[in-house]
Amino acid sequence: MSALLTVEHLSMRFGGLLAIDDLCFAADERRITAIIGPNGAGKTTVFNCLTGFYRPDVGRLTLHRPQGPLYLERLDGYRIAQAGVARTFQNIRLFPAMSVLENLIVAQHNVLMRASGYSVAGLFGAARFRRAEAEAIEFARSWLERVDLVERADSPAGSLPYGAQRRLEIARAMCTRPRLLCLDEPAAGLNPRESAELTALLRSVRDREGIGVLLIEHDMSVVMGISDHIIVLDYGKKIADGTPEQVRHDPNVIRAYLGEAEHEALPAEIAADLRRDDRPT
Amino acid sequence: MVANPNTAPRIDIAALLKDAALTAAVAFALALPLIGFRTVDDPAGLGIETRFDWVATGVGAVFLGRLLLSWLFALRGQRPAVGSGWLAHARAQLDPHMKWIALAGMLFAFLLPFLPFSSRYTIDIATTVLIYVMLGWGLNVVVGLAGLLDLGYVAFYAVGAYSYALLAVTFNLSFWECLPLAGLFAAFFGILLGFPVLRLRGDYLAIVTLGFGEMIRIILLNWVPVTRGPDGVSGIPRPSFFGLPFTANPPEGVTAFHEFFGIAYAGSHRVTFLYFLILLLALITNLFTLRIRRLPVGRAWEALREDEIACRALGINPTNTKLTAFAIGAMFGGFAGAFFATRQGFISPESFTFIESATILAIVVLGGMGSQIGVVIAAVLLILLPELGRELAEFRMLLFGAAMVLIMAWRPRGLLAHREPSMRLHSRNHRGES
Ligand SMILES: Nc1ncnc2c1ncn2[C@@H]1O[C@H](COP(=O)(O)OP(=O)(O)O)[C@@H](O)[C@H]1O
Ligand SMILES: [Mg+2]
Repeated sequence: MSALLTVEHLSMRFGGLLAIDDLCFAADERRITAIIGPNGAGKTTVFNCLTGFYRPDVGRLTLHRPQGPLYLERLDGYRIAQAGVARTFQNIRLFPAMSVLENLIVAQHNVLMRASGYSVAGLFGAARFRRAEAEAIEFARSWLERVDLVERADSPAGSLPYGAQRRLEIARAMCTRPRLLCLDEPAAGLNPRESAELTALLRSVRDREGIGVLLIEHDMSVVMGISDHIIVLDYGKKIADGTPEQVRHDPNVIRAYLGEAEHEALPAEIAADLRRDDRPT
Repeated sequence: MVANPNTAPRIDIAALLKDAALTAAVAFALALPLIGFRTVDDPAGLGIETRFDWVATGVGAVFLGRLLLSWLFALRGQRPAVGSGWLAHARAQLDPHMKWIALAGMLFAFLLPFLPFSSRYTIDIATTVLIYVMLGWGLNVVVGLAGLLDLGYVAFYAVGAYSYALLAVTFNLSFWECLPLAGLFAAFFGILLGFPVLRLRGDYLAIVTLGFGEMIRIILLNWVPVTRGPDGVSGIPRPSFFGLPFTANPPEGVTAFHEFFGIAYAGSHRVTFLYFLILLLALITNLFTLRIRRLPVGRAWEALREDEIACRALGINPTNTKLTAFAIGAMFGGFAGAFFATRQGFISPESFTFIESATILAIVVLGGMGSQIGVVIAAVLLILLPELGRELAEFRMLLFGAAMVLIMAWRPRGLLAHREPSMRLHSRNHRGES
């Protein structure tokens, strides 16, 4: 099993706060790697560094591809996405006024843009572009089927129920045909039935697409059920790394989770920040 | 909080009075310095005159108006929700017929010059309306689709107009040769403006674009050797009908339009030709935007309007996407400007003030951002009404303001805000639709 992503000595500081402290880990192809940890542990910050939204202070983030390694810490966010790292957001970010189908078509923007000859051929309705568009719609339909949204394809994405929006965001990320899928708390706000469906979907993504999945999740039933590999963060530091079985019995992890009550005593503004960050939209 | 239609809503008179008094107090604070005092010339120097009676009238009107307004809202139980009311209902009814309405409108536009009631004056006004329709459609790309609030659109109109005027006057180029160049120059300026504002959004973008619009005007005013400054450019060649000029007495060796077709000379020929020219340009703008909306770049514009961060995460280059929106919007502004120059025969920086930008933006916002027919309706309302009643022209800005306030309170997404997806998986009447 080859490493798809390696993170070496990643550090990220916000003013006086060391949000990530010398973090090292690897994520593999055809595996689900989970990052867990209490609120404010720095999980989302890891994703933001990986996907180019934050520029890390220190660290090397390498995406291993057949044509050679790519160092993500130097790239713009959209280039990282083009290189095959797709993500979802803790507070869902769809294009709410656009239809469900359009959301999935926008995800195939770069393919379609090339097929439309950067709009010139598209303006004249070139056959090549029409074919590419039909293929894109077919691909989107296949994903709509997998997330059970075919019926709602033409409704505005913003009108979907919460759980459906979560599924759509995953489908949209998959429509970029990524090599690595990063999911930030995909089960947040889902009911148990939806969580179970999500688990099945993530398994099928891992097994059928054969891509790597990096998963941030709070819901332990989801994490323990599907992860091949778990990394535990606390105050920006990695405190455990291993299989679900190993992590479950790790004394450091137990302490961090039992001590979670302490986080209630955070300074008011940070607590408010976390609440805002964690609130489902 | 939904009002129960069966029980009359209870109205809290004291709260209403308090609210109205508060509004009146704000009005008083504003009116006292602005209206209450007036400087007058008197022999001894500058004197101050008081107009407290005006202030009292104004404050009284605000108090009563506010009371009435909040009482009406209270009667309805709540502020009207977005998308409710007869207009939305009418829109839903009209929706399947939109295509036919558009076709009928187009047919009307084509026949207008030949209708019995149309005079030279009607055609002239219709031409003006069409210029604004075209500008509205052009700005719609930037504001409606890409969601970039541009308050300086008139700059591109000016660049187009001056490009045509100066190229035509200096190098003797014809309208058709200059038109693409005018569009190209304007697009270039669009990109020029685009670069510094790439990171800005919303209010900040609005302020910088506003400044850009003023900058262009001031450059036109002060760069006298090139732009001829406040005197403007005159003697701009009028358009010809494929080389046939619209003149009563053409120079030696040139056949005029009326001679070629063997008809009597009439001043209305040129006016009619100009009308069809702008109709054609506007329709091209419309077709182009309708088409590009269905292309990847058009969808990327809309996605950018919806959520720029999500766009980045999907591999869309926001820089290029924004710049193309600015460039294409500007290009149509430039085309319209070139038309304006050839129609007027004379241009000066005075034609390109901020009021023009505000008018065009008002048309787009009023029409319903992204709605093509909405722009036509709004342009007709905002340009035609003040033209029809000359007395109304005085109140044009007041009318704008009132219209904008009403729209924001009542239909914040514009008169015809309704977004039709750029592509569908199912046919229109599919049951999954909500
Ligand atoms: N842009 C930012 N500016 C300042 N502090 C931030 C920023 N982003 C995250 N943080 C802080 O970094 C810490 C980790 O946050 P985050 O990665 O969101 O945690 P979580 O593990 O809950 O996803 C928190 O204390 C948070 O307040
Ligand atoms: Mg988080």
